[in-house]
Amino acid sequence: MILLEVGALSKSFRGLTAVANATFEVRAGEIVALIGPNGAGKTTCFNMIAGVFAPDSGTILFQGSPIQNLRPDQVCAAGIGRTFQIVKPFAGLSVLDNVIVGALNKERSVSSARVFSRSILKKLNLDEKAGLPASSLTLPDRKRLEVARALATRPKLLLLDEVMAGLRPTECDEMVGVFRGLNRAEGLTILLIEHVMRAVMALAREIVVLHHGEIIGRGAPAAVVRESAVLECYLGEETVV
Amino acid sequence: MNRPVLLSVLVLFLLILPWFSGPYVLSVATLILYYAYTGQAWNVMMGFAGQLSLGHSLYVGVGAYVAGGIFYHWGIGPWAGIWAAILLCTLLGLLIGFLAFRFGISGVYFALLTIAFAEFTRIGFDHIEPLGGPAGLFLKVAQRDSIDLLNFRGPPAMYYYAMLFLAVLALVFCKFLITSKAGYYWQAIRENEEAAQALGINSFRWKMLAIAISSGMTAIAGVFFAFYYNNLFPEQIFNISRSIEIILGPIIGGVGTLFGPILGAAVLTLLSDGITEGLAALGWDAPGIKQVFYGVVLLAVVMFLPNGIWPALAKRMGIAR
Repeated sequence: MILLEVGALSKSFRGLTAVANATFEVRAGEIVALIGPNGAGKTTCFNMIAGVFAPDSGTILFQGSPIQNLRPDQVCAAGIGRTFQIVKPFAGLSVLDNVIVGALNKERSVSSARVFSRSILKKLNLDEKAGLPASSLTLPDRKRLEVARALATRPKLLLLDEVMAGLRPTECDEMVGVFRGLNRAEGLTILLIEHVMRAVMALAREIVVLHHGEIIGRGAPAAVVRESAVLECYLGEETVV
Repeated sequence: MNRPVLLSVLVLFLLILPWFSGPYVLSVATLILYYAYTGQAWNVMMGFAGQLSLGHSLYVGVGAYVAGGIFYHWGIGPWAGIWAAILLCTLLGLLIGFLAFRFGISGVYFALLTIAFAEFTRIGFDHIEPLGGPAGLFLKVAQRDSIDLLNFRGPPAMYYYAMLFLAVLALVFCKFLITSKAGYYWQAIRENEEAAQALGINSFRWKMLAIAISSGMTAIAGVFFAFYYNNLFPEQIFNISRSIEIILGPIIGGVGTLFGPILGAAVLTLLSDGITEGLAALGWDAPGIKQVFYGVVLLAVVMFLPNGIWPALAKRMGIAR
């Protein structure tokens, strides 16, 4: 079953084309990676899916219904959770309260949201920091908090915008393990933007490569990283993966 | 000492205060409770939801004029007028909120909008002749020796107890709000609106709720004001300095905290009256010297306790804020 279907999506900012005619889909239960050089239009793509801005043209179908004209809160309510590339914690609130805000999307009461939030913090190894103010967290922990908050909304599709950036290799592997677990155990579908190829190769079933707003490659990871166009524009000739 | 014990002692003290205090102390205590209440109402918008209003005198004024006008013209006491006041002020708040939040006006621009509404309402009321215009509206002076609850007329202690009831009610209500779903959503919007929206929060709707509650609460303070002071002048009641007085308490006490507005109101009112008394005792009466002292103390608090007095105090006493 196709969960997310992006059709001929285009967006330009003051004449500068950010995304041009992008078409791809994400099947339920899959992990798909969106890769490409800086400025390729990956985050713009994400922002259109998440409802931050409407596309100039094209359609976005989620579970068969169009979502390209919904507001961010409506997209979240429909079942799409997201993280921000530049983390946006609620700095003045505790780590637990940050996650509770997300959990209240589906939970009826604050107390049930608290219980659910604690279980999510545990999954992301943040449970010992639950009482700390979010402003005191280190960058890797803030990235984890972004993920915890998005997961707390109980999404069917999770959009991850560079959550591995700035993590040490061991932390990165740990995070990969978390996402694999969620994908396997709960059938969570994930669409991720990522530069850390170590994580991309370990997670993704399919890779979509964007360059200058256009899709220049698609397919299984092992095949995509050998395509000459992808090597040329993004990975470089001497790729190690 | 933990918080429930501390609170019970404080409430008990406030309950028996009129038995042993004179009219002056009672009027100061009433004023403290009044600012504690209005500060609490303002705090819902700024402290909880992060929306800066510099025009809360609008709701005090409209609330006072609505209930006062109904009493003046038809002799109907505040128990009817209060509902009209709450309704009208809530609608006004929603109108301002709609104009601002629908069109993405926030921060200082939102604050300017709230000032603008208070200002042109002030000018507007100068031209409403049935309500006295610039010459003011005077309610029939209270019978100080008998209690007439129906018309809210009585001795100072009655007003004191009414304000105490309101201040306690506001504290309990705000405690309920901040620990509810609304409280979490407001704080999320205050901290980062974009992230809040990404978590499924319709920020427009929740900001509208905050301004509706805050303006409705402030209207009640206006009704009290009308029946306590018995005279209303547009120039005074809608003045921006009235709005500033409302917000100073929570700022000094601690924005976004439950006890900050109460503590701030007490500190500021006692300070203001204390300076007046102290200067009189010393025989200094240079013009503006009171304001200088007042300003210096405010400056010191803002410099050394930028989050307000209450968070620092609560930390020192080892109780959660």
